[in-house]
Amino acid sequence: MLFPAACLPSTPPRVVVTGAGIVTALGLGWQPNAEGFRAGRTAFRPVSVFDVSRQRVKVAAEVDLPGRLPSTRLNARDVARLDRASRMLLLAAHEAQQQSGWEASENLPLVLGTTAGGMSDGEIYYRQAVQTPLRHRRQPTRALRYQAQVQGRTVLDALGFSGPICIISNACASGTNAIGHAWELIRTGRAERALTGGYDALSQLVFAGFDSLQTLSPTTCRPFDARRDGLALGEGAAIVALETLEGARRRGAAILGEVIGYGTTLDGHHLTQPHPDGEAALTAMKLACATAGVTPGDIDYVNAHGTGTPLNDRAEALAIQRWAGGRTASLAVSSTKAGIGHLLGAAGAVEMVVCLMALREQWLPPETAFDTPDPACSFPVVRAPRDAHLNVALSNSFGFGGVNATLILRRWA
Amino acid sequence: MSRVFVSGLGAVSPAGWGVAALREALDRGEPLPTQPFARPGWKRPLKARLVPAPQQRPAFLLNPRLRRTSPITHYAAAAALEAVAGLLQNNGVAGPLGLVVCLQSGCVQFSHRFFDEVTIDAATASPLLFPETVFAAPTSHVAALLPTTPLAYTLMGDAAGFLQGMALGAQWLEDGRVAACLIVAAEETDWLLADALWHLEHAAVISAGAGALCLSMAPHVSLGVELSLVTDAFTYTASRNRTQAAQAMRQQLPTGSAIELLCTGQGDSPRADAPETAAWRNWSGPRLSPKRVLGEGLMAAPAWQCVAACDAVARRQYGAAIVSVVGPNQMAIAARFERNDQAQG
Repeated sequence: MLFPAACLPSTPPRVVVTGAGIVTALGLGWQPNAEGFRAGRTAFRPVSVFDVSRQRVKVAAEVDLPGRLPSTRLNARDVARLDRASRMLLLAAHEAQQQSGWEASENLPLVLGTTAGGMSDGEIYYRQAVQTPLRHRRQPTRALRYQAQVQGRTVLDALGFSGPICIISNACASGTNAIGHAWELIRTGRAERALTGGYDALSQLVFAGFDSLQTLSPTTCRPFDARRDGLALGEGAAIVALETLEGARRRGAAILGEVIGYGTTLDGHHLTQPHPDGEAALTAMKLACATAGVTPGDIDYVNAHGTGTPLNDRAEALAIQRWAGGRTASLAVSSTKAGIGHLLGAAGAVEMVVCLMALREQWLPPETAFDTPDPACSFPVVRAPRDAHLNVALSNSFGFGGVNATLILRRWA
Repeated sequence: MSRVFVSGLGAVSPAGWGVAALREALDRGEPLPTQPFARPGWKRPLKARLVPAPQQRPAFLLNPRLRRTSPITHYAAAAALEAVAGLLQNNGVAGPLGLVVCLQSGCVQFSHRFFDEVTIDAATASPLLFPETVFAAPTSHVAALLPTTPLAYTLMGDAAGFLQGMALGAQWLEDGRVAACLIVAAEETDWLLADALWHLEHAAVISAGAGALCLSMAPHVSLGVELSLVTDAFTYTASRNRTQAAQAMRQQLPTGSAIELLCTGQGDSPRADAPETAAWRNWSGPRLSPKRVLGEGLMAAPAWQCVAACDAVARRQYGAAIVSVVGPNQMAIAARFERNDQAQG
């Protein structure tokens, strides 16, 4: 039963990550992404998946999808019908599943964050409906596959799992909220494990939307830089396999890291702008620290939401400074959106996996395009590749609509 | 064991604005008249059951946050404020209010308008429209109208997702994260969505609106209705089709009785309804299928089911009610509500 809970544990179990899959414009899978984030590479190029000739900005961080997807339980016809978002989602989920060693089974919750689901199918549907209204070919399939829950079902079918699917669409915080929600399901004893993360593909509607708001950078995405002038869009997916520490140990699984804290809250200030004092962001970080049982002094690295827009970065910087207090001056902060753009519903999940990489391999992901420090951001932005001793990392995600979410991860050594 | 009560209901539907209008339409039991819905490029219009204009402009529309919002936000806000009204009037629950908004199609009107502009000339597409295309926009607007709402999720899914959202709200209450939780479902429509539904299910008549339930653990502010259970979510997979999922859902629920209402999600399409029809073939108690009166409200439809079921139990027509939803493409799930006289506020 989803309600009432059979029995809530008196002590929440520890939750560890035993698999991680990642797809970004830096590459497919852990290795190329770890190398790219460690070096601070940037992956922007002219958009090729739709027409941007009339847009103010014409670049994004596009993923190079492989010609063939890994072999799964999907048949060739199903694979041929997958849109970009589903392909990225499937690649990430497959990598996470392979790494976790999970066998096909029942009752595995799938918790996904996305803002657009199968938007590209929706766009094709729209064009055909308007341009050739009497042509119905493939329209039913598009109407179906546009829906995110159908993409979720495809992943479960592909990997041989079954279980409840929960799709969270809290705008740009979706991926973080999805992982946080899955973490809570396990911590409260409602599940022993979960597959979770976020995904979003570039789509014309969303690209044109950000362009219309003039939030896209016409130069270079430089979060927290004094000369920052906007964000860059990207696409990708990240999926992680979460399970109880006890379960992971029982089956002798390799542990990649531990999720120790999650906080989420709502900023009702404005649909598209954060409250200037960063109050809700501050609360999310405090809540995450409280559940993790850590203080700002314990945090070694902050992967900031850091979109590169003047308003977001100012509010987040203020929130980080208020939260970190005396720790601010020595707190390593960076935004990996500088390299792969803003992945919207995938952002939080991808950035969580970046934190896992950093903790596991002991480096800090730099913003190599960062140039001019902003006096309003008094923490040291990581500007150059460097190794570091990291035990605990914090990842922020803030979304349109005002949902703020924070995850805290601990190194597994 | 945690106990969760229903402390308020809200609805906007083709029957009108408010739970009373929904109740009257369902009591009459006659399908509401359909309106022709022009579909550009087609000679014959589609059919729809649209939400009538409110008799009075809702006061909440004066809030500057709602200045440029589309109908989905208006419906969601109206249902949410109706559902939470009793709680606010009685100062019934001290503490944070959670908000779960469930959508299947979401903000289709502004998405349609904005993409229309993009395809004509992306350089002049309106920045006023784009923010309202985001799935989380109605949630944000509704939260801004409510007091102390620190926790808000927007869930997407098929119609069964409303019961999943209700379970999430109940879990937040169980875990002590909120003192009360509003669960809202809302949908708006336009010809593009009606066209999509026609491609998936010819017999269905698209409709729109919203429904809301306010849950709390405070018996003194309850309507005398307790949420007794939400079944597991039985996802459709390669090895479990809709019929099997509906049967699995059915097995977690009691046998029918004369005092227990079964409120199903069956509509006008025997083919699409077949799994749910089969699952409840042996139900011996009374039945209600709001979709047959109101139309295919997508995510709003199960919210209407829950509102109708809880309203009937609150008014002592039945001692209990089951709400069954066999969604079109994700999962089958059900919830059960019981009369609890000790809990009435």
